[in-house]
Amino acid sequence: MDFNLTPEEAAFRDEVRAFLDENLDAAESERDMNWFGGWLKKVREKRWVGFSWPKEVGGGGGTVMQQVILKEEMAKRKAPPLGSCYMGLAWVGPSIIQYGNEEQKQKYIPDILDGTYQWCTGYSEPDSGSDLASLKCRCERDGDEYVVNGQKIWTSIAMISKMMILLVRTQTDVDVKHDGITCLLVEMDSPGIEVRPIKNMSGGAMFAEVFLTDVRVPVENRLGAEGGGWKVTVSALANERSSIAEVYGLTRKMEELKDLARDTERAGQRAIDIPSIRRRLQRAEIRIESMRLNGQRFLTKQLKGEPLGSETSINKLHRASLEVEMGELAMEITGSASTLMQGCDEAPEDGRWAKFALGWPEVVIGGGTPNIQKNIISERILGLPKD
Amino acid sequence: MNFGFTEEQELLRAEVRKFLDQNASLEEVRKIVESDEGFDRHLWNRMAELGWIGLTMPEAQGGMGLGFETFLVVLEETGRSLFPSPLISTLLAARAIERFGSEAQQARWLPGLANGETIGTLAVLEESDDWSSSGVRLEGKRDGGETILSGAKHFVPDAGNAGLFVVAYRSGADPEAVSLAVVEEGADGVAAGHLPAMDLTKRLGKLDLDDVRVADDALLAADWAGVQSLIDLGAALVTAETVGAAERALEITTEFAKQRIQFDSPIGRYQGVKHPLAEMFVDIESYKSLVYYAIWAIDAGDDVAPLAVSRAKAYVSETFPMAGISGVQLHGGVGFTWEYDIQLFLKRGKWMRPMFGDADYHYDRIADLGGL
Repeated sequence: MDFNLTPEEAAFRDEVRAFLDENLDAAESERDMNWFGGWLKKVREKRWVGFSWPKEVGGGGGTVMQQVILKEEMAKRKAPPLGSCYMGLAWVGPSIIQYGNEEQKQKYIPDILDGTYQWCTGYSEPDSGSDLASLKCRCERDGDEYVVNGQKIWTSIAMISKMMILLVRTQTDVDVKHDGITCLLVEMDSPGIEVRPIKNMSGGAMFAEVFLTDVRVPVENRLGAEGGGWKVTVSALANERSSIAEVYGLTRKMEELKDLARDTERAGQRAIDIPSIRRRLQRAEIRIESMRLNGQRFLTKQLKGEPLGSETSINKLHRASLEVEMGELAMEITGSASTLMQGCDEAPEDGRWAKFALGWPEVVIGGGTPNIQKNIISERILGLPKD
Repeated sequence: MNFGFTEEQELLRAEVRKFLDQNASLEEVRKIVESDEGFDRHLWNRMAELGWIGLTMPEAQGGMGLGFETFLVVLEETGRSLFPSPLISTLLAARAIERFGSEAQQARWLPGLANGETIGTLAVLEESDDWSSSGVRLEGKRDGGETILSGAKHFVPDAGNAGLFVVAYRSGADPEAVSLAVVEEGADGVAAGHLPAMDLTKRLGKLDLDDVRVADDALLAADWAGVQSLIDLGAALVTAETVGAAERALEITTEFAKQRIQFDSPIGRYQGVKHPLAEMFVDIESYKSLVYYAIWAIDAGDDVAPLAVSRAKAYVSETFPMAGISGVQLHGGVGFTWEYDIQLFLKRGKWMRPMFGDADYHYDRIADLGGL
């Protein structure tokens, strides 16, 4: 075992630090949209947007180890995100790079890197959530076009997206439900698409229902083979599960939670000095540390060229319970005021933690519920019979 | 960055597993623990010949001079088979002598510890059951060029089998004035024996010292920080051994869940059964990451070592005892029979929980070390 950086890796870390020193030139609270725009331009020039993507498509060609270093340094400095096309960078881009043809790569990848417009992902349906492969959204070929009829749900940022990566069923008489699924890249302003925002329990509307009625999609907008859509999706989901970055997000949140516990006075003492609160914070912090180290162990496997399997569900499960627990802890720390929402002086940090405590489902339920992750582990790793 | 074992380490693992599979099946372990000593001298000597006991001890003293990272592999395997032996105790005694003993002291005791002839152990705890420096009250009184030790050490691992005790004693008025003395079995005033313990694979006892005279050449140059580093090491080694035990407990329960049919189906098909097993898996993988990192830090002399150890031990102390309970529960009625093996792992969890500090101790230690 060796946790030290090689000279090349150390040099890259120093390069990152120097760049951040120079360009994080405004305090977090002073970073407005204008500043963020400038930041995005600089990191794009630096080729840090799509850092792990091949250089041929305009990415940074960064190694796995460099990605980890970059993310860790950025998290330490509370740097803003690299790029603004969140879904495109996380899900759509990797699928297009792996399964798209040359034209598709040239047409879509530069805009994802530049953040020209947003993408959304049309995966879940009302009757196909955890059992995604059972999806029914109908799709028939008509000459050079596909005609799509169906409904999608839980589609994040559908209302502000220009494009959607859409899973449809092109064949129904299949032995295995995973076959017969096809992946299409659809323009959101196509006739027949209706987006209805869904108000979530924190009062915002980040996701939507998407209704598709006789929507015509050119055949050239198909990603991968007809009937090969499941493969395209699974690679994107795997990409999501392996992401080591989520640890850094949690670490940052944990630091903020500790600050909250230090700054909050409860019955004459700091909340952080109340033993029950302190223990819970410590427990959460150890879980986050174990996630960081789990991530590094899986990274070692990747570096040795071994494929990542279902073990990435481990950190997913940790994260799920941490998101919930940290929200609850924030409530516990701030007491009665924890129930107040944004818009009054009495709400701690303008209701930010109240919103956080209502915000976990997006992370915990999106991308596979904890129960699904437990099924994955017990069936694929422990070899227990399928449910 | 490399968070994995070398090929040599994996070969060692395979070798240890083969040895234990052949000689220390759980059936065999049940027989071994019925004996007076509670371990098998013959197997112990063979392990010494294979170099496993002296693995981390200096080559000049008959050891192999390897890191704890390599020893970790051995411990995971002894944990898997619940192998009863004074391995961790002997290693800690040797580490104390290696780090705080003179060359002469090392030459006097280490070869015997490395070749298996001497069983060693570390005696820190007293009646107060307090792992902090104030828990060490046993005073070393100076008398004519000798130190007289009088008092009792409690919860001493392998006390009844040890030939050599490394004893923590109070060396002055300062709260942290604690040092170590080597006391040998058979010396005047030394009495030690085992107590009936829940986990039969781990012997635990008491050491009574009645005006035991210790010559200066048996005093080690340790301070409290040194003693604490041994406690840390103990916690790390116990956690490493628990990784193996936990993996085996999960395997046994998973296998049972595949075989046991109820409501016309293997019970492992039901989420009420498979989900607790998945949770155990998540915990075990996390123990691994935390303890591997801690042991790497110990070997590398990295400042993060004590913090990393405490994180690992707090996690494992809090969760593995519950995994043992879960394992028994998932077995149903047979789970709490003497005949079935899963109960042995539940007991190992209970032995492990307080050993070298329970979760509360380690949470406090994390705070002392400047963590949360």
